[in-house]
Order: sequence, then structure tokens, then C-alpha cells
Amino acid sequence: MRAIITVIGTDRVGIIAGVSTILSESNVNILDITQTIMQGFFTMIMVVDVSKSGINFEQLAGKLSAKGDDMGLKIKIQHEDLFKSMHRI
Amino acid sequence: MINPHEIFETITMISNENLDIRTITLGLSLRDCAHPDIDELCNRIYDKITGVARNLVKTGEDIEREYGIPIINKRIAVTPIAIVAESSKGDYVKVARAMERAAAELGINFIGGYSALVHKGYTSGDERLIKSIPEALATTDRVCSSVNIATTRAGINMDAVARMGKIIKKAAELTADKNSIACTKLVVFANAPDDNPFMAGAFHGIGEPECVINIGVSGPGVVHSALKKLGPEADFSEVAELIKKTAFKITRMGQLVATEASRRLGIPFGVVDLSLAPTPIIGDSVALILEEMGLEKCGAHGTIAALALLNDAVKKGGVMASSHVGGLSGAFIPVSEDVGMIEAVECGALSLEKLEAMTCVCSVGLDMIAVPGDTPDHTIAAIIADEAAIGVTNNKTTAVRIIPVYGKKEGDAVEFGGLLGRGVIMPVNRFSNKLFIERGGRIPAPIHSLRN
Repeated sequence: MRAIITVIGTDRVGIIAGVSTILSESNVNILDITQTIMQGFFTMIMVVDVSKSGINFEQLAGKLSAKGDDMGLKIKIQHEDLFKSMHRI
Repeated sequence: MINPHEIFETITMISNENLDIRTITLGLSLRDCAHPDIDELCNRIYDKITGVARNLVKTGEDIEREYGIPIINKRIAVTPIAIVAESSKGDYVKVARAMERAAAELGINFIGGYSALVHKGYTSGDERLIKSIPEALATTDRVCSSVNIATTRAGINMDAVARMGKIIKKAAELTADKNSIACTKLVVFANAPDDNPFMAGAFHGIGEPECVINIGVSGPGVVHSALKKLGPEADFSEVAELIKKTAFKITRMGQLVATEASRRLGIPFGVVDLSLAPTPIIGDSVALILEEMGLEKCGAHGTIAALALLNDAVKKGGVMASSHVGGLSGAFIPVSEDVGMIEAVECGALSLEKLEAMTCVCSVGLDMIAVPGDTPDHTIAAIIADEAAIGVTNNKTTAVRIIPVYGKKEGDAVEFGGLLGRGVIMPVNRFSNKLFIERGGRIPAPIHSLRN
């Protein structure tokens, strides 16, 4: 299953390192990564493959969200189909 | 790949604009629970509901987590109890209590279907069920009741209309200490849909399968934000186009959750209900959408046109986004549950008469209207008759969920709590309709009911 990780907040050192450390520890593969400034917010988007993840989705979401809290950012992980269904026919 | 702007748009809708799935409603037939002994009937009902729906809440929560989309309510709608309990001897209130116990066991906040369909007349079961409604609603918290008193095909059962005026008053009286809250769980319908996922009017209709998953989406906040960005210069073609596109996106999410819930629960998908359902949360209001179109306050002249456009555009956008659309599918205007509506009533912009007119062009009808506690039962019945006439004549669903709040007078504030919101007691026309309501009988079906 593919999921989308979004990081929204103020740019700072160590965002990618922080997120990718959690992913690597959980055996989650990063397929694509992009970052941009949207409506004034730093936005990083990662497409990841969670099918071989060592922990369940809820635990992974919890770890990412906690990391976000530490760094003053909002970090979410959501099933890719949510975005596909909303924006693609 | 999905582009970052699209991802950002979805996330903003969810985190800032209150986009959510309002309800996953499991429709469940209880017809096979019938038994002459009412206690045995209650046991069967409890066992069936808690058996079939045992994973409903957990599945909803799993989907919520994986997709990052809030699913506010997980609910159950059952076969109208008047049908299920028809052959049972004893007090129907026991059935309501069994439904309450099942709902509590499953952790769901509302269970619908304490209902009767009497648009042409009563069976003995209908008669007993209707009589028991006030006590059933006063002694339970989660059970919702509805009575269908008219259809375009059958006309309006005016005996049932008169009766419901009395039932609503009685329900209000029995819950006098709780702002007559029993009335918030009772809907009187014309042309009730069989597959409506929204409470308090949800029941599992007689043509429905054994069980089914129906979804209600929300999203007034998303439409409001989109219109705000569009600005005041845009003309109505652009406004309609934008609402359509927004409704499409909202509904696609509903369809996704519906398909996923259906797959995980092993229960067939029924419909997505396209209704824009407001909540008392700031920024989740249908009234504010109408005001964004250029009205100073909801209720000002122009409100009906604005609502008609909104309702139509939501359907046009939503219908292509889902494989099956049903339920009520239109904009809801529940007064106490919509912060913009409450403000419009408080400042005198929105009256009961304007709300009646609004129900001609949108979903449902007079919803969550608080009126003085001393409003006579025949006046409440006459309000129901007017709404039923609008529904029957226009071939649409209308409903009345009215609360004659015991001991309260015009202008008093009333708090129902949670999603039911708060309100102000609205004035009611004081001229009598007693003789009109006492005539009884049936108002014949309109000529356009003969379509064959």
C-alpha cells in the first residue's frame, strides 16, 4: 500500500532527516519526495510504500505526528487513494 | 503522481474547512426478528444488531486513521419497528429499550427506525407504535423515531397529521426537564426515503436488502471557503460551476469511504447521500454559504434563489462522483445545528415562514425548529400539513422536526447540546387552525401522481 506523508509548517534544519529516520527504522520505502512553498507554508510531500513496514499504520502515524510536535510541524500520513479519488476520475 | 497543490487542497479541506464524513450508517433488516412474544422479539433484535454491526465502529475508526479523514458518526438504521413488531403482544417501548441497549453496547450515538409508514392509514402495529413514541423517546437517549404521513402517490393522511401534533406535544412534555429533547429525535416525513443515512429520520426501508452501508458526507465549510476565494465579482455561472466542482470532490471522498467500509465489513454498498450537512461548529454552516453569495443575512430576500442554486449545483457535482446516489441529497437547513441560521433567527432576518419557503427548493424541511412550549397541538399539526403539501405537490421529501420547548416563550434561548446545537424560540402564527385539523381524513394525491 502506498501512502502520502505531508509535512506542513516553517522550514528548518533536519526535517527530511527526522522523517526519513523514522521511515527507515520502520522499513518504509520512500518512492518520491518533493518540497515547495504553498500559500506561505513550507510543504514537503513524500510518497511511501508501507507494505513492508515493520509497524502498523496507526503506530507509524503516531510516530510521525509526535516528531512533528517536537519540530513544530504538522506531519500526517494518509492512504494514497484519498487523494487519487478526490482529484482523478 | 498527484500534484502537491491537490494534496495541499485536500489537507486544507480536512484540517481547516471541517470536511468530514458525517456518518457511516448501517441499514439492517429486522424482519426476521418478528415473534409473538415481545421479550423474545427484543432479544432477537438485540442479538441481530450487536452481531451484524459488531465491527462497525472499529472499521470506521480504522478507515479514519488510514485515510486521515474524520468519520464523525457510525450509526444504524433498522426496518420500521411498526412492521417488525406488528405480530408481537405487549409494550413497544421495550423494543426501543432493546435498541438503546444494542446501540450502547456498540458505542454508537444514534439508532434510527422506531418508525411507522402511515401515509394511507394505520395498521394495528402502526397504531401501537405511534402511541408509544413519546415514552420510547423520553426513556432512551439514542433511539430515533420517524413517521411518514404523506406521499405524492397516496396523498396526505390528515388523521396521522393531527395525531403527530399531539405526539410531539406529549414527547415535549415528558422531557420538560431536558428542554423537550425527545422532539429532536422525532421526524415527521412526507415522501420519506428508504435509504437516508442521516438521523433522526433514518430507517431501513422495505425494498432494501438484508443489510447495506450508506454514507452521508458533509462539507458546507469547504463550499463556503471556495466561494470566499472566488470573490464577489464572479457571476452566478461561475458560482454554480465552483460549487459543482467542490461537491464532486467532497462526494468522491464519500464514495471512497463507502467502498472501503463496504469491503471491510462485507456488507454491500447502498448509496452516498449528497446532502450538505452543517454542524454547530463555526465555519460549517449552510447559511454562511448563502451569505457569501451576497446576502447580508440568511433569510433576506434572495435566500430562496441562492439556496436553489446551491442545492442544484451540489447534486450536479455529486452525482457523477458516486456510483449510487440516494437518501435525502440536498442542502440541510437545521436551524439549531447551523451557527449562521441561529444568528439569522436571533437578529430577526430569518422567520418560520421564510424557512417554509426554503424547504421548497432544498432537502428535507423544517428541521430543528424550537417554538414556544404552549404552541397548540393543532398548530403543530398544521405546520406538518403545510410541509407535507410542499413535499407531495413538488414530488420531494419534506419533514418536520419541531420542538415545542416546554415552559419556554418566544425569544428564549434553548440549548440542546452537542451536534443538536442551540437555538432561539421562534414565533409561530397564532391564528387558529383547530377546525381545519379536526376535519381528519385524507387529502387526495395530486393529479400528477397519476403518471402511468
